[in-house]
Amino acid sequence: MPSSVMLTSSRASGPQSPAAVSTVGLRKSYGDKTVLDGIDLRIPAGSVFALLGPNGAGKTTTVQILSTLITADGGQAQVAGHDVATSPDGVRAAIGVTGQFSAVDGLITGEENMLLMADLHHLSKREGRRVTAELLERFDLVDAARKPAQSYSGGMKRRLDIAMTLVGNPRIIFLDEPTTGLDPRSRHNMWQIIRELVSDGVTVFLTTQYLEEADELADRIAVLNNGKIAAEGTADELKRLIPGGHIRLRFSDPSAYQSAALALREVTRDDEALALQIPSDGSQRELRSILDWLDSAGIEADELTVHTPDLDDVFFALTAATVPNQPTQPKQTNQPKETAR
Amino acid sequence: MSSPLAPARPTRISLAVRDSSTMLRRNLLHARRYPSMTLNLLLTPVMLLLLFVYIFGDVMSAGIGHGGADRSEYLAYIVPGILLLTIGGTTIGSAVSVATDMNEGIIARFRMMAIHRGSVLIGHVIGSVLQCVMSVVLVGAVAVAIGFRATHATAVDWLLAVGLLALVALALTWIAVGMGLSSPNAEAASNNALPLMVLPLLSSAFVPVHAMPGWFQPIAKYQPFTPAIETLRGLLLGTGIGDNGWLAVGWCLGLAVLGYFWSKSLFTRDPK
Ligand SMILES: Nc1ncnc2c1ncn2[C@@H]1O[C@H](COP(=O)(O)OP(=O)(O)OP(=O)(O)O)[C@@H](O)[C@H]1O
Ligand SMILES: [Mg+2]
Repeated sequence: MPSSVMLTSSRASGPQSPAAVSTVGLRKSYGDKTVLDGIDLRIPAGSVFALLGPNGAGKTTTVQILSTLITADGGQAQVAGHDVATSPDGVRAAIGVTGQFSAVDGLITGEENMLLMADLHHLSKREGRRVTAELLERFDLVDAARKPAQSYSGGMKRRLDIAMTLVGNPRIIFLDEPTTGLDPRSRHNMWQIIRELVSDGVTVFLTTQYLEEADELADRIAVLNNGKIAAEGTADELKRLIPGGHIRLRFSDPSAYQSAALALREVTRDDEALALQIPSDGSQRELRSILDWLDSAGIEADELTVHTPDLDDVFFALTAATVPNQPTQPKQTNQPKETAR
Repeated sequence: MSSPLAPARPTRISLAVRDSSTMLRRNLLHARRYPSMTLNLLLTPVMLLLLFVYIFGDVMSAGIGHGGADRSEYLAYIVPGILLLTIGGTTIGSAVSVATDMNEGIIARFRMMAIHRGSVLIGHVIGSVLQCVMSVVLVGAVAVAIGFRATHATAVDWLLAVGLLALVALALTWIAVGMGLSSPNAEAASNNALPLMVLPLLSSAFVPVHAMPGWFQPIAKYQPFTPAIETLRGLLLGTGIGDNGWLAVGWCLGLAVLGYFWSKSLFTRDPK
């Protein structure tokens, strides 16, 4: 190790890549209700971070604090190297925000909304018109550009909202439920746009109720529950946190089902669907040993599916405090999202 | 206002000017797209003018006591008050449009942008003052059409009169903006801002203070509209101004400063 002089850096961040967003012990209450009870986050620049949580968990509140709309009651937050409390304008200059609720001017047209943003970002007339035309095109709003925004459908308003956020090329973007209310095509379009932003080095902080969306887009995911971060990690790390992986055997012949159920005592039965569930982590090795075992027991199922826990399972397990639930037992209900192999 | 052209490196002032003029453009666009509100507010002063001149005119002028009934003399008497009442009414509209605007989602967006913080309000204020000027010109034109003449006004008097009207508009607008910001919705704003229209009715606009019941005279005398009306009357018609000039300017400056700081503190706190 080179014997260099230790620099006493004023930055708190460690040797990792610089954080675009970091918070320490962030707190916020409304009256008696504690919404955020000490939130610690560190989001590396250029990554996508997804914040999940049940309704009322405080996702929007977190976004509002980080984007300087409201002030926290305690703790610290830095965005783009600026403290949200002491240097809000530094933060504002670096961010773009699409809140959960529409932030367009309904009385003027979509195009006028875009030009308004361009003016507020102090773009030249020419540049403003160029950016406006380009974004309207990209968000499929050209036909509606000259109509008052209040006449737009919910999805169109959402798209205009996000287009307005992108004027001025923000380096950090907050998207509070960006795809809520979008049709599947627009949603995939949005995902594509988010991926393009990230490939340009933009940091994206998003909240979503669609766990598939977090799975698709996010480098790291945090689950907010009861004012605290219940878990944080990559999608795979989160999935490993909870049990629930299993192999599901489905029979069409009731007698074959009965004999299999008798032979395999350790399994969970679903008599109605004639299906058996064997706990499994889904690895190739374990799958082979189970198949060998089934062969030796002479069991032949009509259908075999491997179910790995998805983010929905993680979400239910981590936010189950209010609903009594035994997370150690595999669920008896039909799982709609099985991965057929 | 100075030039809205920004120098190469924007200073705080040039940022403020630039963003405020952007916000002003936005408000003027609203007013142009939806002119009915502005026009509705003109109805009241015009109606009052016609009502007091043509229906009550003879009785009122006789009652005021310049001898016999003289409708054209009464017209001259009430026009200054009507013009200030026009400003009051127009600023009610400003309170309503501020309250409405604060419920628009885009205001939250403005709060999260690196723009001059006050520009949203300054845009409203300048827009409202311009609207007041326009309204005063229109109502003034009606007054002239039915026979009003500013008999004694010199060019300087005219200039001072316009300045006074603009100052009153500025002061009342800042108060109206505060009223709009403190109101949860448009209805509440129009109720809260009602004094801006009622106070001129309780002033020397239609009847001289000395002709009012004794217990009421202090109310009429010590309120902002009466000195402003007396000053305007003096400038246009050559009646005595006395202390009213300074009183009017004092009231306006006081109200403007009060309204400014009130509005500013309402706007800077966390949105609900
Ligand atoms: N202005 C406010 N005044 C009082 N309580 C508030 C306010 N804003 C939010 N809350 C409360 O704070 C809590 C968190 O709200 P928040 O909007 O952050 O939740 P969320 O996670 O975004 O929920 P959702 O998924 O429904 O969007 C809720 O209980 C809400 O009632
Ligand atoms: Mg929310």
